[in-house]
Amino acid sequence: MQTTLSNFFNSAAALVLLSAGAFGQSAPVLTVHEPAKLVVKRTENPVFALKVAIAQGYHANSNTPSEEYLIPMKLTWDATGPLTAGEVVFPKAKMEKFSFSDKPLSIFDGEFEIVTKFKRAANPQLGPGFVAGKLRYQACNDKMCLPPKTVEVKLPVLMQ
Amino acid sequence: MRSLSIRLGGVLCALALGLGGCAPKAASAPQEQDQAAPSVKEKGKRNQAAEFELKDASGKVVKLSDYRGKVVLLNFWATWCGPCKIEIPWFKDFQKTYKDRGFTVLGVSMDEDGWEAVKPYIAEKELNYPVVLGTEEVDQKYGGIEGLPTTFILDRDGKIAAVHVGLVSKKQYADDIEQLLQ
Repeated sequence: MQTTLSNFFNSAAALVLLSAGAFGQSAPVLTVHEPAKLVVKRTENPVFALKVAIAQGYHANSNTPSEEYLIPMKLTWDATGPLTAGEVVFPKAKMEKFSFSDKPLSIFDGEFEIVTKFKRAANPQLGPGFVAGKLRYQACNDKMCLPPKTVEVKLPVLMQ
Repeated sequence: MRSLSIRLGGVLCALALGLGGCAPKAASAPQEQDQAAPSVKEKGKRNQAAEFELKDASGKVVKLSDYRGKVVLLNFWATWCGPCKIEIPWFKDFQKTYKDRGFTVLGVSMDEDGWEAVKPYIAEKELNYPVVLGTEEVDQKYGGIEGLPTTFILDRDGKIAAVHVGLVSKKQYADDIEQLLQ
């Protein structure tokens, strides 16, 4: 698992991904794999899987945290563009107990994918373009938490 | 965003004592810290804590220097931070136990939603110590807070005697406070 994760970090052209905050970590806790160009055939409603990896020893709250005070992971996409986001499907969260929690928390760690079901916009501009999105998350390890962060995602598309 | 910054995390690392560096690590149980060496710096090696003026929930300006002469547990925290939540009952106990000996806890909330998030939390947890809302400027003055909780323990002269990044044991804090109150 460790090797896989390490390979992921090495191979990921590690999108840089601007953050909404002033966090300038040299080694980001969460990285998003640079999306490959999504070729969308005429009349197709494509599905896109965003690949995410969280550094070892850290976790992020899932999209459905088990405690009200925790900040959920969210993936949102701009409504403008050749594709319109429909359902966003997160993987099944892990339930894990930490030294700071009385009960297991709903979290994501390691590598996972977040799937977005897109719909082709009405009369989209054909040819290359992109869809912009934002991944919001809040990460912790067993002893401390990092402030919530927003990562910008740019999905290149080719509308046919 | 009232964001924390870790760009200057190295500065904080330099301040941190007995923490084995500031790089994020897989966690060890807080109880293990009970075995740790005392974290209070020798008097001559302490740096002055940066002065700040921040507002409390009532809008009153609180200056760090207002607490000169007291031992201060300066705790950077947020309502969304699980480890911070664990420490709050400890800090309430410390406030109750040590207040009359010249001690106070001072909470600095780094919640980006400000008082809207913090006021209900203070009421729900019945905090018995002052809480102010942090700013990026204060974050920078303290070296760029790496993560929450981060707690500075200041001596009566307003100097940083100990720094704890992340959750440590209640005993670790109590030992530090007791040492500084002597």
